[in-house]
Amino acid sequence: MSDQERILKFQIFRYNPQKPGDKPRMETYEITEAPGMTIFIALNDIREHQDPSLQFDFVCRAGICGSCAMVINGQPDLACRTLTSSFEKGEIKLLPLPGFELIGDLSVNTGKFMRAMSERVESWIHDKYADHVNFEQLEEKMDPDVADEIYELERCVECGCCVSACATKRMRPDFLSAVGFMRLARFAMDPRDKRTNEEFYEIMGDDDGVFGCMTLLGCEDYCPKDLPHQTQIAYLRRKMVMVN
Amino acid sequence: MKIIYTDSLVIGSGLAGLRVAIASMQRGFDTIVLSLVPAKRSHSAAAQGGMQASLGATIKGDGDDEEIHFADTVKGSGWGCDQDVARMFVNTAPKAIRQLSAWGVPWSRVRRGDREVVINGEKVTITEKDEAHGFITARDFGGTKKWRTCYTSDGAGHTMLYTMDNKAIQMGIPVHERKEAIALIHEDGVCYGAVVRDLITGELIAYVAKATTIATGGYGRLYSISTNAVISEGMGTAIALETGIAALGNMEAVQFHPTAIVPVGILTTEGCRGDGGLLLDKDGYRFMPDYEPDKKELASRDVVSRRMTEHMRKGKGVPSRYGDHLWLDIRLLGRKHIDKNLREVKEICEYFLGIDPSKELIPVRPTQHYSMGGIRTKATGESPTLKGLFSAGEAACWDMHGFNRLGGNSVAETVVAGMIVGEYVADYCTENSLNISSSTVESFMKKEEKNITDLLLRGYGENPFELKAEMQKIMMDKVGIFRNGKDLEQAVEELKVLNQRAKKIALRNKISSSNPELVEAIRVPKMIKLAQCVAYGAMLRTESRGAHSREDFPERNDKEWLKRTLTTWQDKDADLPEVTYENLDIMTMEMPPASRGYGVDNTLHHPDTAKREKEIEEIKKANPGADRFELQELLNPITIPDKFKGKNERIGKGYK
Ligand SMILES: Cc1cc2nc3c(=O)[nH]c(=O)nc-3n(C[C@H](O)[C@H](O)[C@H](O)COP(=O)(O)OP(=O)(O)OC[C@H]3O[C@@H](n4cnc5c(N)ncnc54)[C@H](O)[C@@H]3O)c2cc1C
Ligand code: SF4
Ligand code: SF4
Ligand code: FES
Repeated sequence: MSDQERILKFQIFRYNPQKPGDKPRMETYEITEAPGMTIFIALNDIREHQDPSLQFDFVCRAGICGSCAMVINGQPDLACRTLTSSFEKGEIKLLPLPGFELIGDLSVNTGKFMRAMSERVESWIHDKYADHVNFEQLEEKMDPDVADEIYELERCVECGCCVSACATKRMRPDFLSAVGFMRLARFAMDPRDKRTNEEFYEIMGDDDGVFGCMTLLGCEDYCPKDLPHQTQIAYLRRKMVMVN
Repeated sequence: MKIIYTDSLVIGSGLAGLRVAIASMQRGFDTIVLSLVPAKRSHSAAAQGGMQASLGATIKGDGDDEEIHFADTVKGSGWGCDQDVARMFVNTAPKAIRQLSAWGVPWSRVRRGDREVVINGEKVTITEKDEAHGFITARDFGGTKKWRTCYTSDGAGHTMLYTMDNKAIQMGIPVHERKEAIALIHEDGVCYGAVVRDLITGELIAYVAKATTIATGGYGRLYSISTNAVISEGMGTAIALETGIAALGNMEAVQFHPTAIVPVGILTTEGCRGDGGLLLDKDGYRFMPDYEPDKKELASRDVVSRRMTEHMRKGKGVPSRYGDHLWLDIRLLGRKHIDKNLREVKEICEYFLGIDPSKELIPVRPTQHYSMGGIRTKATGESPTLKGLFSAGEAACWDMHGFNRLGGNSVAETVVAGMIVGEYVADYCTENSLNISSSTVESFMKKEEKNITDLLLRGYGENPFELKAEMQKIMMDKVGIFRNGKDLEQAVEELKVLNQRAKKIALRNKISSSNPELVEAIRVPKMIKLAQCVAYGAMLRTESRGAHSREDFPERNDKEWLKRTLTTWQDKDADLPEVTYENLDIMTMEMPPASRGYGVDNTLHHPDTAKREKEIEEIKKANPGADRFELQELLNPITIPDKFKGKNERIGKGYK
């Protein structure tokens, strides 16, 4: 934490589609930096003291819930855990995450996208037992390493950074995207999910699925949870190739 | 006027809300869930530490069962909880976790053989049993006799919420996101749904339902520094209060967590201490053993928070520009353990403090964390006074936590209550039909419409952001960890003034659709009312119990205060709520009040305590062959849906 006070210059994308006649534009706000200031703190300060109409989404403000992804000086990232001190010049440009429906200003509808993704990949355990669990008896055993590996992939917070960083997604609106691949990989490696490779193929065996991916790995570069996209995309590809 | 009809309306898509929705959907009822945010972003996702369930698979949990979990929970609550509910809870928690396991939560598992753990600052080797290999493991948490807190590395809440929401998606349960319930619709003492504002378009919609469940989480954001999400503003609790009919229970019971980072108040999980982390003062001295030689850093949360505050008051805090703090030391756990089991903590330290916790100390201090109070319900989850209104999770005062909840018991409550209350919601939908006149619905809609129009038309007035900040400061300074009559009286008076000022809010941004200032203007007056309930209840309660700690009344006073605070707001123009009390009957308690075993016991005991103890002895003597299930039946017979009546299996023990 530095002690010197600086004036931060924020350039923020503004547009409220709900407001008749409103037009997309950039607006500039200046605030005094405080020690330990995050973009979460800064944006709230601007909303409270300068412009109460400014829209953005924060929930946990601790880098856990995935609500606050936006493009920060050109890079998609979680705004709540980005310290203003990490920008040497004190100039911060904020844009809403591309690839999602804009709600207003910095707020985008990732929720709608992610629910549709979950429905598309059928993001749940496919097993008759799961529907009629006998919860009085001992749970099914699981290898401790397998449990840990599943958790590694389940750490995705559905922030959307990977989607916004994906060139394929920009060209193919229905491209499943890295977040969907990660979810599929998570279930594919889970012994409780009884889906066959053929069933997974139905979901992702085309150009909107894993064969459309150009492996440029924008997803891996920008995933704030550092999920192993490259490895998992390769894993899914191998699985799908086995079907043919 | 837009009206949406359903059978079961659930307000809140955290763990509790989703589980209730799943239950009513499973029973064939049309179900809709409302949420401010996408379901997977609800605050339940933030729980890092874990969920208590007495599975007893790890060697350090060996011998655990429902009885021990029950005793820990009741003791932890300062005997303020409802023992029937605590019983339902402990008996069902193993079922809840096993169901979640089948649904997809990748719970961390026991690994057979030796492993090194840190206990009481020392590295110790424990040996896990062969036959336990692969079953759900558990870690140590404060206030528990056994290692009972089941976890997934560092993301228990996240994996539970993702699994629960995935299940809801599988079942086709609609979650209407970015919708805010702003008032309940009710007639003749029956609740029929809510008036809801679309946070994008600003449209008001009436959701009319047979049963309405409020699962909106806690009210932590009444305080300026809280570990809670920014949306934990108690709105569900507030709209129940505003009916004038539903009562809130124990609103003054607010928990402070010992270890949130300074200054921002983000939580580092209790798992840090559970796994062996220590608390140090400015001299690097480990002070907790001086205060609590037995449980040390792992005493109950309320106790540790108070001890830390006491120690800082003695001048042992580390001074900083944000006030004093202490240190949390997890260096001794080693990088490997931190990277795997406390990674979320590590990320928080890196991003928000710029430190590496495997090498450096973490600045922490007690911070607002959990709301034990909430909408008072019966054991079925229904409001005793407003029919058809149910509540579950942190929003409710179902009352298994009394005046202090144990770490790991809260996410456990959300799913267990979700299961149990969900069944009663479905029963209610079976037994009742919708008979509300459209004119009633219309009048509730009109009232909210008018409120919003007034806000948009008022030319000059109060700034909602400023009112909120003033309220949060009053709560922080005067209704905090240690409380006293003088401060509380001041807080009550100052909040009264804020309540009046909140009637004159004016906006700078005068549009009715997506408008964060309008959202604030709708919420802040409600939040101030809740703050008044907390402060006033705290002022009236002249004893110390659990997290409610009065410097001027340091003893727990069972003689006069073994009772639950009930708060209603009947006259909407009144500037204070009405407070009454509900006695807890010692003569029906399975576990009569005793000492919690921290510090000196200065409890003023109730005369019934000795009587009940004797009675229990006699019952035990008269039934010498009774096993623990039969004894429980004799001492604390509970009603619970049939589905959940069975016994729970454990390794090496079967169903015993
Ligand atoms: C940082 C942190 C860590 C924690 N760790 C643990 C732990 O390790 N173990 C443990 O047992 N407990 C833990 N807890 C406590 C536990 O996480 C919570 O008590 C629990 O998750 C609450 O769940 P819930 O379903 O009741 O509410 P929440 O998950 O808070 O959900 C509330 C829901 O209500 C919705 N909502 C609110 N108001 C409205 C409205 N007006 N209209 C429509 N929707 C609305 C929200 O959108 C949200 O979906 C922790 C808490 C915090 C703050
Ligand atoms: S590798 Fe490239 S194309 Fe494939 S999902 Fe990631 S960003 Fe998109
Ligand atoms: S995979 Fe990473 S970048 Fe993509 S949504 Fe999940 S957490 Fe975000
Ligand atoms: S607000 Fe939750 S991740 Fe940023």
